[in-house]
Amino acid sequence: MYNTGNLVKELTQKHGRKRESLIPILQGIVEKHNYLTDEAMVEVAKELEISAAEVYGTASFYTFLDTQPRGKYVIRVCKTITCSMKGKNDIVHTIEDMLKIRVGETTSDRMFTLLETNCIGWCHKAPAMLINEIPYTELTPEKVVEILKSYLKK
Amino acid sequence: MTKQGLNKVDLIFEQVDAKEVLKKANEMTGEEIIKQILESGLKGRGGAGFPTGLKWKYTAAEKDPEKYIVCNADEGEPGTFKDREILDRVSYKVYAGMAIAGMAIGARQGIVYLRGEYKFLLPKLLKELDAFHKLLKELGLDFTISYRLGSGAYICGEESALFESIQGERGEPRNKPPYPTSSGVFFKPTSINNVETLVTAVMIIHHGAEVYNQLGTKDSRGSKVFSVSGDTPTPGIFELELGMTVQQFVNEFGDGDTKAVQVGGASGFCVPRKKFTETIIGFEGVPTGGSMKLFNSSRSMYNVLHNYLDFFAEESCGQCTPCRVGCQQLLKGIEKVKKGEVKSTYLNELVKLADTMKMASKCGLGQSVGNAFKSIVENFREEIIY
Ligand SMILES: Cc1cc2nc3c(=O)[nH]c(=O)nc-3n(C[C@H](O)[C@H](O)[C@H](O)COP(=O)(O)O)c2cc1C
Ligand code: SF4
Ligand code: FES
Repeated sequence: MYNTGNLVKELTQKHGRKRESLIPILQGIVEKHNYLTDEAMVEVAKELEISAAEVYGTASFYTFLDTQPRGKYVIRVCKTITCSMKGKNDIVHTIEDMLKIRVGETTSDRMFTLLETNCIGWCHKAPAMLINEIPYTELTPEKVVEILKSYLKK
Repeated sequence: MTKQGLNKVDLIFEQVDAKEVLKKANEMTGEEIIKQILESGLKGRGGAGFPTGLKWKYTAAEKDPEKYIVCNADEGEPGTFKDREILDRVSYKVYAGMAIAGMAIGARQGIVYLRGEYKFLLPKLLKELDAFHKLLKELGLDFTISYRLGSGAYICGEESALFESIQGERGEPRNKPPYPTSSGVFFKPTSINNVETLVTAVMIIHHGAEVYNQLGTKDSRGSKVFSVSGDTPTPGIFELELGMTVQQFVNEFGDGDTKAVQVGGASGFCVPRKKFTETIIGFEGVPTGGSMKLFNSSRSMYNVLHNYLDFFAEESCGQCTPCRVGCQQLLKGIEKVKKGEVKSTYLNELVKLADTMKMASKCGLGQSVGNAFKSIVENFREEIIY
């Protein structure tokens, strides 16, 4: 749970109140709070004068518009063929061991969520993952440990 | 092109003076620009391969004064990463391509739809867009480009799903016709072009259609940027003249033990070793949006197929039954065959299902699942069963 405060108002001011503003507004909320709460979606529906069901129906279509609680840092490890071939499982296991969560779960301090995703366009530098929007490539278990450590220090 | 080797080309990433090209295009009429593109033989680089000049001609013929150029930068096909590289290195050429397309069809607005996975690039791209807008102003050209970000849905690369997404809806493909050229984004006449297509158009205007025309073959003119990955000592992005065989490609990029090449990503075709020499990469053989994945003999083609079907089952928008149910059934089907729960002849039933999906699915996703499915099952049947 989080309080959107003035965020929805700010985002509607920036993107407008038309139907085509909906996704940029939802993306703006996710950028700040990592996922969409029911309350946030209802607020957006009111601002755009459309039904909350429309907002939910749209959001639920898009993988990156999460409607379930997510951590501050969402890790998405690519599971498509090249990354799979080049050791994606080792990467996932390393993260699972280090953060004590499984794929699909969020750490109890709400810092990290671990997910798998489809090809993120770095197959020539597989295996690859995203942490929020930042890509990390040519991963090895050692490299992943270092990367996660740098996030733990943040 | 020589028979033995591959002809490396440098058009897409070649630096040009954007101002000069824009000036040159601006001195031409819309018809003249379209004529050049038609004569070049350029076909869309996003996968479907529709002649770009025709697309522009149809959109130009529409009477509605509000028209759009959309740049498809959704690049979701597994194994494709060239559009990211093009945008990263020469975004000004993408913008110039959009502006030139705008002159050709009479559009003043352009939208780039960038996949959410490439959001990290956006600040840089917007800065470069600012500079480009200044250049347009300096030249007195009335054209504005804006960005829209995707949110992690492969289907939004399909043109009509992409329009729906820009309009703030679920990314569900529309029925066709009407085609985008008459009813695209905001239901206005739209020319939607892949990132690479737009840059190629710039280079055709710059060098002239007759120069471009000398590259490639009758059915596949020019060159193309290939995204090479998998079991290869040299993964990466390579611009090559079209017309090579898979064998020539493997000679250059293979690791000496290549048993199959998947051409065109998960929705493309699997070419086994015995067909390398007879298969041409291009519209006369196996078409590709650029994705080239090499597999050596240590790889299980069952795992490859399973991975692709898992991808499609997840990414199907679920709107039409043949695709929604078909993807799931193909996936479960090969699992059952592998476990020995059903006879291996069950694969024949699955092939029929893939054929039905090709005929009955609403969009290119469901229609192309059978490409990888059939080409892998037919060529690597034992690996699927045992
Ligand atoms: C499921 C699906 C995904 C697609 N994804 C892309 C994509 O990521 N990029 C792209 O340029 N075209 C993609 N296309 C093709 C587009 O629908 C369209 O044909 C293309 O953008 C037209 O541009 P072009 O003529 O320059 O190739 C996809 C098609 C389908 C059916
Ligand atoms: S073929 Fe698949 S992706 Fe395309 S509209 Fe039907 S369900 Fe959606
Ligand atoms: S397969 Fe992982 S980035 Fe493409």
